[in-house]
Amino acid sequence: MEQAAPETLVIDDRDAGLFRVHRSAFTDPRILELERRRVFDQCWIYAGHASEVPRPGDFQTRRVAGRPVILVRGLDGVVRVLLNTCTHRGAQVCRESCGNTKTFQCFYHAWTFDTEGRLVGIPGEDAYSAAFDAEERALASPPRVETYRDFVFVSFNPAVAPLRDYLAGAREYLDLISDQSEAGMEIVTGTQAYSMRANWKLLVENSIDGYHGRTTHQRYLEFLIESGVDPELVRRRRRGSGKALGNGHAVIESEPQHGRPIARWTPMFGEAKRAELEAIHRKLADRFGAEWAYRMTQTSRNLLIFPNLIINDIMAITIRTFFPVAHDYIEINAWALAPRDESADNRALRLDNFLTFLGPGGFATPDDVEALESCQRGFVAREVEWSDISRGMKREQPLIDDELQIRAFWRQWHALMRGWPLAEVPVDHAMAAER
Amino acid sequence: MAATSTVHGITRAEVEEFLYEEAALLDAWRLREWLGLLTDDATYEVPSTDTPDGDARTTLFLVADNLERLRSRVNQLLGKTAWAENPRSRTRRLITNARILDVDGDTIRVTANFVVYRMRVEQVDTYVGRYEHTLVRRDSALRIRHRRAILDLEALRPHGKVSIIL
Repeated sequence: MEQAAPETLVIDDRDAGLFRVHRSAFTDPRILELERRRVFDQCWIYAGHASEVPRPGDFQTRRVAGRPVILVRGLDGVVRVLLNTCTHRGAQVCRESCGNTKTFQCFYHAWTFDTEGRLVGIPGEDAYSAAFDAEERALASPPRVETYRDFVFVSFNPAVAPLRDYLAGAREYLDLISDQSEAGMEIVTGTQAYSMRANWKLLVENSIDGYHGRTTHQRYLEFLIESGVDPELVRRRRRGSGKALGNGHAVIESEPQHGRPIARWTPMFGEAKRAELEAIHRKLADRFGAEWAYRMTQTSRNLLIFPNLIINDIMAITIRTFFPVAHDYIEINAWALAPRDESADNRALRLDNFLTFLGPGGFATPDDVEALESCQRGFVAREVEWSDISRGMKREQPLIDDELQIRAFWRQWHALMRGWPLAEVPVDHAMAAER
Repeated sequence: MAATSTVHGITRAEVEEFLYEEAALLDAWRLREWLGLLTDDATYEVPSTDTPDGDARTTLFLVADNLERLRSRVNQLLGKTAWAENPRSRTRRLITNARILDVDGDTIRVTANFVVYRMRVEQVDTYVGRYEHTLVRRDSALRIRHRRAILDLEALRPHGKVSIIL
């Protein structure tokens, strides 16, 4: 392809039941340039969880949508996201990964900002004219910062719809996680900071793909059987389905073969834990009713919040976000989310169960990394122009191993990449296509 | 301290010899023999890169195996479906700066620096860090009770994974 022409990158033939994505979407650096403007700078992007900065003055630095930011709880108690660049000449005003502070002082010329971003100190301030306005030189924030149930998002699009509306059907799934503890949920210390030599959209597809488990993760399934899980439960097709949630968000939800530390017992947890987990289930059922409690404790979910936040509530809860450094390289950060008030033993059990599957040292994630890097290497054979994402397209009831939810992502991506302003893409753009 | 120096009946040379043999088994993918170097209550841990001093019960790690989990890991690595290591990577471990930290009866705490190179699909990934092991003497041979590989890397980038035993 001579020019990156985004309108030609997706074939969505609903009559025939064929869905194809042109592989230059993964291999062309010009596509990534467009994505930065049309996708990442238009949408809401996850910045962090309020529990990461529990006390006034607590901060975390990180990159969000490629920008260096400070996630900080001001001395006034409000969680903010500040752009980590001195308004004087540009140096990063905070160069620690995390901590607690009363001020951010740039080491270059000692301009000093408070935890709310205000410029509160300039050495030799009398050198500036009357036109100089210290208030206007405060640390900048992304144009929009909003929080839903402790999940803090930013947007670089001033006109973006409110976060609540943007989240659309995904709110229900954030609720299913946030309701798991009356005391609230918290990020556990320890970041799995890793990477992938692959295009970011491969990780989106993979994270909500119910089709690859049986093959890519065969060794994990064998491990489950070894650990005492009924082989029949492992072998039978999982009950569940994929859904489009609006605005490109998508989910697969199913009854898993593995245990869930919130309250789904499995032999690996040991007999002693059974009663305790059942008690947690009962407590949640009393509070929320049987159906909601059943979903919270007994079913698993892989949730995509468009474009780059994955929340997998599976063997444990992982929050995974990623950003493309290049068309074929991404940086990934993943954390564990847990009930703030769970017992020390259950926390240990949760983290142990997390590591059986998840993360770059687990029994699954390394094989996902291998698969996606293998796709990226395969794409070099550019004579094979199209990837196929048609699975289950004509099926009345989409199954867990169909690709409806992946198509939902692509349809939103395609709409934005064609240059539609986010506000003009109907919430149900991807859903309407197939239902 | 000379290489032959003795701390409560154990020499650094003896510790080094043990660590070199262990590294050779891992590089040669003789993983079942390597398992034989571990005690029944052994642990193998790789903390996340931002929490090198963490406790696996309260902190998210990259790897926190007991012996049962580690046996499964080894069986998977030697089987066909650990795709990240099938085909297998080549590895080469350089282990230096071994020190005996303390000795308490038959229990010896040691540390050593490591560089583990992993070569696969035209990439070389370099894992840099240090070990903190607790060794015990069993029937005159050394065995590993706690094995912790603490990465100095700020992130697993560009490695993307710890699919080998570090």
